[in-house]
Formats: sequence, C-alpha cells, structure tokens
Amino acid sequence: ALPICRRNALLEAEFSDKGHTLPTARKTGTTIVGLVFKDGIVLGADTRATEGMIVADKNCSKIHYISPNIYCCGAGTAADTEMTTQLISSNLELHSLSTGRLPRVATANRMLKQMLFRYQGYIGAALVLGGFDYSGPHLYSIYPHGSTDKLPYVTMGSGSLAAMAVFEDRFKPDLEEEEAKLLVRDAIASGIYNDLGSGSNIDLCVITKNKVDYLRPHDVANKKGVRAGSYKYKKGTTGVLTEKVTKWELDVMEEIVQTMDIS
Amino acid sequence: MEGSGGLRFWSGGPAPGELYTLPRKEGSCGPLTRTLNPMVTGTSVLGVKFDGGVIIAADMLGSYGSLARFRNISRVMKVNDTTILGASGDYADYLYLKQVLEQMVIDEELIGDGHKYSPKAIYSWLTRVLYNRRSRMNPLWNTVVIGGFYNGESFLGYIDKLGVAYQGPTIATGFGAYLAQPLMREVIEKKPLLTKDEARHLVERCMKVLYYRDARSYNRYEIATVTEHGVEIEGPLSSETNWDVAHLVSGFE
Repeated sequence: ALPICRRNALLEAEFSDKGHTLPTARKTGTTIVGLVFKDGIVLGADTRATEGMIVADKNCSKIHYISPNIYCCGAGTAADTEMTTQLISSNLELHSLSTGRLPRVATANRMLKQMLFRYQGYIGAALVLGGFDYSGPHLYSIYPHGSTDKLPYVTMGSGSLAAMAVFEDRFKPDLEEEEAKLLVRDAIASGIYNDLGSGSNIDLCVITKNKVDYLRPHDVANKKGVRAGSYKYKKGTTGVLTEKVTKWELDVMEEIVQTMDIS
Repeated sequence: MEGSGGLRFWSGGPAPGELYTLPRKEGSCGPLTRTLNPMVTGTSVLGVKFDGGVIIAADMLGSYGSLARFRNISRVMKVNDTTILGASGDYADYLYLKQVLEQMVIDEELIGDGHKYSPKAIYSWLTRVLYNRRSRMNPLWNTVVIGGFYNGESFLGYIDKLGVAYQGPTIATGFGAYLAQPLMREVIEKKPLLTKDEARHLVERCMKVLYYRDARSYNRYEIATVTEHGVEIEGPLSSETNWDVAHLVSGFE
C-alpha cells in the first residue's frame, strides 16, 4: 500500500538476519468503553500502556480531546491513537470556524474513518468516539480498517470482552447520570482486573448538553503499596575516624554579562 | 455415484453425494492415526462452587465450524453420585472419554468393595490421561470441567487438552473465560460462599451474556448440579433475551 511498508519490511528482514528483533510498537493494551445515557455520553478508559509484557506507563491518558463537545477514547498503537485524534481535532476546529457551528460527532466520525480506511489498517487505532452536538448525544466505535458502528454502548481494546460482559448484563436505555457513571466504572474495572493488558486507574468523561466532566482519575483502583520497612542506614552506622577540611580558593578571572532578548 | 456431467459446484472438488477422500501427503498411506483438528465442537462450559455443592452449565450445541449442526447434544454428564463433568472442544473425543469413564465406574461397582471414585480421583486420573495423550502428540481435543461434592466439601477443577489443570471457586472454558469469568469473579470476591440459588442465578446471567456475545453459542443449555443428595441434570433451559436495544440502532454512522 505505502512505500514506507516496503522499507520497513526490508529493515525488519535485515535486523532479524543479524539475530535482533525490532522493538514492538507501544500498545495501550486497554479497556475503553462508551455509553449513551439519558442526558448524554459517558466515556471510560483504564490508564495502562504496555510495551510487550512490560507496563510502559502506569497512568497514561486514553481519553483524547477532539472538540469542546466531543471526546475520543483510543486503543491499539498508542502513537497512532494520539496523532490521529490530534489531527482530526485540529482539522475539526478549522472546519468548525469555517462553518461557524459547533462540530458534529458524525463529522469527526467521517473524518476519522476516511483517514483510517486510506491507510488500510496500518494505522492501528481503535477508537470510541462520543459527544453531544446540536442533534443530541452520539456514540461511535471506529475500527483500524475504517469501519464504524453507531451504538448505544460500545467497548474496545484487549479488555473489551470483560467490559462488554458487564454492559450486556446491566445496560438499560435512559440511565441516570450516577447510574451510568457507575456502570462505566464497573465495566472498566472488569477489564482492569480480568485483562492483563489493562490496569491502574479508571478515567471517566461525562459529556452533556452544557458541560463536560473530565474525571481523571475517577477511581484510583490500584494504589501503589506502602513500603513496609526502610533500608536507609542511620547516621553514625559507619564510624568516622578522621576529618580533614580543605578550602578550595577560587579567583574570578573573567566576567561576561549577556542580556537576554526579551522584546 | 458418478458426478460426471452432473452438478459440479466447483472444479476439482466433489459433487454433492459423491464419495470424497481428503487430499493426503505424497507417500503417506493409510488412515489418520492422530487427532489434528477438532470437527464437531462445543463452546464454553461454566462451573460455580456454592455452599453444599457445585453447578456446571453448558449449552447444547455441536458446531461444525460455523454451522450450527447439532442443536440438541448434551455436553454435561454424571460420572457418579458425587461427580459431574462438562466438556468443550471436540464432541467425538468427549463421547469417547464418556464411554471410557462410564465403563470405569461400572467396573468399580463390580469390585463391590463399597468404594466410589471421588471427584478428586477422577480429576487426577483425567489430568494424567490428557497430559499423556498430548505428550504422545495425539490429544483428546477437549477442555473439561469437573465438579463434585465429597465428604462435605465442594470440588471444582479445569483440565485442558495440554494437561493444564487447576481448581478454583469459578471455572470457565473457551469464550466463557473472557465473558463469563469477570462476572463470576465479581460475585465470588464479594461473597465467597454462595447459596445454591445465588450460584444458579449467576450461571443463568452468564449463559445469557454468552448467548449475546459468543458467535458459536446457542440459547439452549443444561445445568448439572451435584450436592450431598446426588446429581441432578436439568435441561433444556433457555435464557430470556432482551433485544429492545435494537430500536436505538440504525445504520453505522
């Protein structure tokens, strides 16, 4: 599809000939969810970023800003989700200035899917896009190859099955805000505790007609343990036998003053 | 049954009704001597321990790849009055195992010394059987859940085709591990000792979610319960599904 793919394939072959493997792209493992409730949208995400089997970031932010009324959760390759959402956010702001209107979620959806399809799945971004525009609350899930679904509740990422099980068990249309937040929190928690690719804390984003609550963190589900003992040696552990203080005499040779241009 | 001049759906392939032998490697004669791929398969099996016994549940579908071929097969069995077993994976291998196990139980009865196989004994034996089969590169392509109630204690274990074996308060095979296990763990962690009704309710909730989200599941299942009173296999049961959410879905953008 792209010339860069051929170059990457050549580099990879060269590398493995020498017996090394290229570093894997940092993925977000991830559990991300979204649901439509009575007054709007609730988006949820965990905060663990993995590099293979190692946790690269214990508290990364997976709920990205698209516009004042639209936010987007991202799973898959971390760089891809970040750059893709930033690009569409930027273009959507320009578009919004051009139309003179508050951006619509369907517009962000269309822009995202058209870009992802163009890259034939090579941009590994799986997104949960949610927002509240002139025509009400809307929730989409967008897959790396560019397909989209418009649904009342969605989950993505390696923890998506754990989270979806919670949604399928307890989702009802027209939930109240507190019920919706609890359901989203529980779905992410299910992903955090049952999926190894997800972990740490739970971030929430509640989008309604007039306000956005970006709750980061909403729930610190995994606090770092307090160390039980101290390995610091007390002062005086090593006995001091002799002490000799030598002053280091310094003369000023040259002094140059350069003013900073603060105009 | 010659297919020449008859209906040919694809060139180089068999016509319907025609005898067909699978293509074999050059120089290899004779029948297949070991299991390579599962044919008719069963999906998830769930197991939950409760105060006074164990519940095992499995749907009644035998899939042939993506075809819902056999919609009324039983994947749970009574081993003896203290042990029940549920199997996922290849159905033929399960039936073979069932036959061997049933004969073993009969033979033990015939010894007439009053002893019966305990759930742990069956579990231990089956672990060794499955592991040895895998070591000879001829596995029984199953994942088995064994439940029992013996000497006032509940038993619940999992064994797969590689011989991986472990026990726990909740067990799920296949898709159940991803969809049902999170739900089961949430209940058990809050309340480690469930009543029979609570365990039953949990299993029913999980079977519903599996029917919603496992593409090889079926809304017809059996529940096997073992308590001090013996074994009871109920079925066929069905989940009450709610498709109201369909009214909120229109198009994909």
